[in-house]
Amino acid sequence: MKKTYHADEKGYYGNFGGSFVPEMLYPNMETLQNSYLEIMNEPSFKEEFNALLKDYVGRPSPLYFAKRLSSKYGTRIYLKREDLNHTGAHKINNTIGQILLAKRLGKKRIIAETGAGQHGVATATVCALAGMECTVYMGEIDIARQAPNVARMKMLGATVVAATSGSKTLKDATNEAIRAWINDPVEIHYIIGSVVGFHPYPDMVARFQSVISEEMKWQLMEKEGTENPDYVIACVGGGSNAAGAFYHYLDREDVKLVAVEASGKGVDSGESAATSVLGKEGIIHGSKTLLMQTEDGQIIEPYSISAGLDYPGVGPQHAYLFTSGRAEFLNATDDEAMKAGLELSELEGIIPAIETSHALAVLSKMKFKKDDIVVVNLSGRGDKDLSTYINYFNL
Amino acid sequence: MNRIEEKLAIHASSGKEPKKLLSIYFTAGYPELDDTVSVIKKLEASGVDMIEIGLPFSDPLADGPTIQDSSTQALNNGMTTEKLFEQLSSIRKEVEIPLLIMGYFNPMLQYGIEEFCQKCAETGIDGLIIPDLPVDVFHREYMEIFDKHGLYNVFLITPQTSDERIKYIDSISKGFIYMVSSASTTGAKNSFGTQQDEYFERIKNLELDTPQIVGFGISNYDTFLKATAHANGAIVGSAFVKFLKENSISKIPEFINQIKEPSHLSES
Repeated sequence: MKKTYHADEKGYYGNFGGSFVPEMLYPNMETLQNSYLEIMNEPSFKEEFNALLKDYVGRPSPLYFAKRLSSKYGTRIYLKREDLNHTGAHKINNTIGQILLAKRLGKKRIIAETGAGQHGVATATVCALAGMECTVYMGEIDIARQAPNVARMKMLGATVVAATSGSKTLKDATNEAIRAWINDPVEIHYIIGSVVGFHPYPDMVARFQSVISEEMKWQLMEKEGTENPDYVIACVGGGSNAAGAFYHYLDREDVKLVAVEASGKGVDSGESAATSVLGKEGIIHGSKTLLMQTEDGQIIEPYSISAGLDYPGVGPQHAYLFTSGRAEFLNATDDEAMKAGLELSELEGIIPAIETSHALAVLSKMKFKKDDIVVVNLSGRGDKDLSTYINYFNL
Repeated sequence: MNRIEEKLAIHASSGKEPKKLLSIYFTAGYPELDDTVSVIKKLEASGVDMIEIGLPFSDPLADGPTIQDSSTQALNNGMTTEKLFEQLSSIRKEVEIPLLIMGYFNPMLQYGIEEFCQKCAETGIDGLIIPDLPVDVFHREYMEIFDKHGLYNVFLITPQTSDERIKYIDSISKGFIYMVSSASTTGAKNSFGTQQDEYFERIKNLELDTPQIVGFGISNYDTFLKATAHANGAIVGSAFVKFLKENSISKIPEFINQIKEPSHLSES
């Protein structure tokens, strides 16, 4: 049988994935598992989804040849401009899909977790669009460092609830969202923002995000006469932008996939979020994956300057891409990422989200040939991160 | 037959009105690291029928703030899986009632499921409650190991669980079924309404083989009576953890009395 990197029927990628969900959420899980593919394949669903991606999100997002960046690294670098999507990141691709799904499931309220706020804003946006009540859980620390996104969510009519447990960041926001769901499983749909959580979330979110690599293929054909680049590079916290950018290339082994994690203050500093290096197999948020944890199985609080990457796990598909060797996992420190973000601003006039800057930071660590085609998924824009950039560079 | 079944059998045959079992949950290593055994002994001496010992976890999804805070404190106190087994190593010389460990799956997985079960059997633990280990995964991958060590795994059902699934759970359950009273995390509710009555009635009508014990939302005599009207017993968790936070271990009998035989009844 041909090796596949996609989810099997039970939501496993090799040994990773599955559904480790408390009984309170079993009916929701069962309904989602039984219906998501059917709903996604309905012609009326596809039509509505594609129309919104085109006219509301502004897709296709451009594939931009970054001339000055290419010249600096001696290769051919393209940027997939997810930062130009409505709300400023790739996150909206998934939330549009899930809100349409939630409506078809007859749900009344939406909840979501958010780290950097991009997924929270994208969820608040589609809830406004659909006229649905929206509550977004966000770590207390992230609320402080992502103030513009908090304000945007409020303007969009969402309630932002501070997660005050644990490390007060993304993992805790996710815990609080799951708890809220347990307390009202009938009325609520939980829009998870990354390829994490129990089956079918990792597969469902990857499918909604797969529009990224689908467009890359025809855009590269137009520009380079080939669908396939030599490298696709994307940052990974939970890993949804990477999952979308990799999706249509998973089974094309000649396309090298590069996932970039946040190593914070350094992999060995004790303040890091580089799960592939520091993690081992464990269970978080309903999924078996690589997880940063103590010997005793307690989840370790991760650290990164980017609120969207400080998650102690990765999506189960990424765990499998790592252990199978299909994708190369690199990492970038806070410093490396910040410098890469500034470099892109100066060379191309594009201020990237700090999450995205991590992907850009590995360009200087890799060896390219002159004719290589390299696509960096520019997952989001940096407006939300201005205060972090200001503080870091004393601007 | 292990201690859980023995206890339930004794209760069921105790005169005309079957006696209702009171089970108490508390977090191991809380409020102080070395309180675990003292709390267990005091609970038994106070007339509690069964105890669930919480193995603390950093991210307890199905729990509310009270139990999460107690877990955080226990972990800060230095509680570990190994430490818990050390603390309980001679517990069976001192305590006779059934003891269960309630915890999340990841710490057990890291310890090794086989090793964990073996250690439980050596210690005299009768059963496990693992909210995030789904029934089908247990059935497929772990049931044999549990059986080998004579360990009962207790499953949860909720008002949203379908009749069909409840019957499936009943068919592979031993000891008792943990009936979660409402869609909620622990400690979220402290009263019962008509929805609970309908749910309790529905379960009763299914005539399950496995006894049912109700948990979540039981904090006093009133809720204990209501919960046990159609079930074999009830579990008190958050209310007891909150009590431990504010009171010394020596006052545990007072807490247990106000659930089993509150003073306003004995006075009247």
